[in-house]
Amino acid sequence: MSAHEQSFVHIASVRLLLIVWVALIFGTWLTVSASNVDLGFLNIWIGLAIATGKAVLVALYYMHLRWDKPFNAFVFLSAFFFLFLFIGFAMMDTAQYQIDLIPGYSPGMGG
Amino acid sequence: MTDATTVLTGDGQPAGPGPRDSYLNHGKGVLSWLFTLDHKRIGIMYLAVILASFFLGGVFAMFIRTELLTPGQTIMTADTYNKMFTLHGAVMIFLFIIPGIPATLGNFVLPLMLGAKDVALPRLNLASFWLWLIGASVAVASIIIGAVDTGWTFYTPYSTTTGTAVVAMTLGAFILGFSSIFTGLNFIVTIHKMRPEGMTWFRMPLFLWGIYSTAIIQVLATPVLGITLLLLIAERTLGVGIFDPALGGDPVLYQHFFWFYSHPAVYIMILPAMAIMSEVISVFSGKHIFGYRFIAWSSIAIALLSFLVWGHHMFTSGQSSLTNMIFSALTFSVAIPSAVKVFNWLATMYKGSIRLAAPMLYALSFLFLFAIGGLTGLFLGSLSTDIHLHDTYFVVAHFHYVMFGGTVIAFLAGIHYWWPKIFGRMYSERWAQVSALLIFVGFNLTFFTQFVMGSHGMPRRYYNYLERFTAYHQASTVGSFILMIGFLIMAGYLLHSLVRGERAPANPWGGATLEWETASPPPYFNFEHEMQAGDPYDLDALSWDPSIKGYVRRDPSSVLAAPRGAD
Amino acid sequence: MTENAHLETDGLAVDHHFENADQQYQSAKLGMWVFLATEILFFGGLFVAYSVYRLNHPEVFIFGHHFLDKSLGALNTVILICSSLTAAWAVRAAQLKQIRMLKGMLLLTMLFAFGFLGVKAVEYNSKWKHGLLWAREYHPHVDHEEASEILITKEDFETGAEEGVVEDVTALQKVGDGVLAETETVLIEEAPAAAPAAEANRSTIAPAAEGPPGLATQGTEESSEKVIEVEPANAQTFFSIYFLMTGLHGIHVLGGIGAFMWLYLSARRGYFSTGHFTRVDMVALYWHVVDLIWIYLFLLLYLIE
Repeated sequence: MSAHEQSFVHIASVRLLLIVWVALIFGTWLTVSASNVDLGFLNIWIGLAIATGKAVLVALYYMHLRWDKPFNAFVFLSAFFFLFLFIGFAMMDTAQYQIDLIPGYSPGMGG
Repeated sequence: MTDATTVLTGDGQPAGPGPRDSYLNHGKGVLSWLFTLDHKRIGIMYLAVILASFFLGGVFAMFIRTELLTPGQTIMTADTYNKMFTLHGAVMIFLFIIPGIPATLGNFVLPLMLGAKDVALPRLNLASFWLWLIGASVAVASIIIGAVDTGWTFYTPYSTTTGTAVVAMTLGAFILGFSSIFTGLNFIVTIHKMRPEGMTWFRMPLFLWGIYSTAIIQVLATPVLGITLLLLIAERTLGVGIFDPALGGDPVLYQHFFWFYSHPAVYIMILPAMAIMSEVISVFSGKHIFGYRFIAWSSIAIALLSFLVWGHHMFTSGQSSLTNMIFSALTFSVAIPSAVKVFNWLATMYKGSIRLAAPMLYALSFLFLFAIGGLTGLFLGSLSTDIHLHDTYFVVAHFHYVMFGGTVIAFLAGIHYWWPKIFGRMYSERWAQVSALLIFVGFNLTFFTQFVMGSHGMPRRYYNYLERFTAYHQASTVGSFILMIGFLIMAGYLLHSLVRGERAPANPWGGATLEWETASPPPYFNFEHEMQAGDPYDLDALSWDPSIKGYVRRDPSSVLAAPRGAD
Repeated sequence: MTENAHLETDGLAVDHHFENADQQYQSAKLGMWVFLATEILFFGGLFVAYSVYRLNHPEVFIFGHHFLDKSLGALNTVILICSSLTAAWAVRAAQLKQIRMLKGMLLLTMLFAFGFLGVKAVEYNSKWKHGLLWAREYHPHVDHEEASEILITKEDFETGAEEGVVEDVTALQKVGDGVLAETETVLIEEAPAAAPAAEANRSTIAPAAEGPPGLATQGTEESSEKVIEVEPANAQTFFSIYFLMTGLHGIHVLGGIGAFMWLYLSARRGYFSTGHFTRVDMVALYWHVVDLIWIYLFLLLYLIE
């Protein structure tokens, strides 16, 4: 680490903070409206897409990732990678063994 | 003829032995230790409590082995026996081996290897230690108020219904988990941000690659243990029913949760051990490490692949056949980087100048024992054979060969390697050899017999057993007593060295990494100058100086950073 | 649109083991991002439980979410978004040494956080009143004075003990596969006027209206048709997951309030007048993740259709 470098820290402008805020509120309205329309299985994916869009805005602008060292974003994203691994395998396995469950064998089990 | 008092390290510190001011006497009194921010003191405190935990876990082990001398009751009831193996596992895993090498040797050596004055976040480091103390206290309290009889894996639904102190033990483990997370976090930040001039990633000592890879796992996997234990506590106290079939829950899901952490956890255990091996084998073969990049990348590979194989603990649990097959196939992949390391260490030794000092005796033991442990893992990872071997003593033997024969042996190698640096004293080499031999013999007698009886069908965690297994159990118990004697001897000579040991020079072994450029023991501030890193395995840069009975750098200025111009 | 500033090193105390202020700041930042990664995986476990149960028992979620008030959930989402705005603004204020603005933003953020917890308290209270708790404590019961949706046992339904509320006993036959198990309870709602009678297999739940929390009210229209939706087996699992997820999230909100309080007290002591802003930055990062998690909780728990 050289001490010669001058370091810059990005300061968000008020305009930026407010624009992102408006976008987030709009996103919330959008997601609630979409949930009132029956689109079958698409509902959940549209909802997730909007939520992720909001999350990206928060991460990039409020959390400064847009102006940060990319490694910080990499660290954060890697957590999601491993989480999806976990969710994926758990969903696959539980779906696969539902058929093995004996209905009524355990009082509370769906069967 | 050089005068011992004028020989200096690259940092300009005294290279010779001698009583001196160091971090050990910088600040007096218990509070100056308990509230220290000095990574070296934190490492020592961890060493003390972690070795005490090893002793406690060992006591439970001796109870187990003594009970198993005869079928049926020997010295305790079946319920008590269930508690013994649970506590042995829980204490050894959560209190000893997970914090193990990183918290002790990692804390002490990491900043020194970086030429740094401390870790990046010293207050967080102290917080990690206090969390360890709190978590361990809660865990020990659980032992006192009734202990746990579920096995260290706390499988549901038994763990949600048994009357034993599950909540207290899991709460203790939960708190210990945060200690582990914060340590890993600290090491990641330190290695990223505090490397010295010239130390690019591929000029780091391999010990740091190992600690870094371990930290990745600590940070990503341990939170999942946290939520698992939290859910278990909620299940018992509130009845949330996520894992309890009677309330609509799924006990196999618990196992998915538990092993998503606990498989990567075993790599938290072994990666630091392998990290130590790279240092010790190179130095005591008098040779540059062979295949540096392969060893470095294999550490990262192990860290990442470790997250893909947890289902191999669940082949007989009710996991679906599709999942079984996928996990079995993936499990074979994780063996490869470990093998890569073993080959590179052997290649390092080839045509080297081997010194059979205590650290190297342990390193050689490691190679032999870890190879057996790793290879037997393949039998367990293979779906068809695992159906026969699951929950038998074969599994018990496998994991003891890797955790004990691997991690503990490497830990001992590291303790003996860095002992002179940490305490400024040499121990008795003769007694160290005796101890190493007893441990090696005792270990194999204890655990090799378990491979045999396991494959013959002796189940694990069983209090009672068929007559035909008696001879195996008795041999195993005899081995455990030999082990115990070996460790008692070790405690003896190490403690003795603290008061009567020969004072150590800065570099007794001829290592080329930066920690050897400080005095033994190091001063509070670690380094006088800004350090610069060269090749961490350039052993020819050191030469033996008989006046100090240690090594000195031929060109001391090579490790000093060039003086800076005005900022 | 955006400004850049030099990180001032004059007079800025740097810990002894760091070479300069930038190294110290970047170390803190990386450390916080690593910590946030651990929070993702910590909460992630609950998302795993959610995914597994929703995949294998979607009927439990479709049934359960009726008892959540979408508007309150949306209100909480807006509250947290506003708190993220004020938290990010607080960081800017600290960077520019605008101490009064900083204190104001910190107070506003805490206010929003308390507001969030207040709404949650209202929701939790309503659940408690109706016995809609996690698995072992799940004992749903009727409350006639409230909404037109009620939960009654099959026995009461058949014996007409709920006369005056339920008129068409024969609708019972058209539910599910036509048979109610002994211990099943039924959810009876007012049907919208245009809905066909007793198409009970299809959910015809009217959208949640503004009003008292918990069991959503239908509004003032009365209809003689009753739509019966059978409570599925293990309906309690939904509430277990609901309380676990929102409960853990709520604990993190509490922690955030504590952290902001610490910042506020530091500001009052004049800590930020020298230009140290790192701790505001770090707490704000944490707070944004709390907001992010809620964005997904709102979607996954309240907006199921």
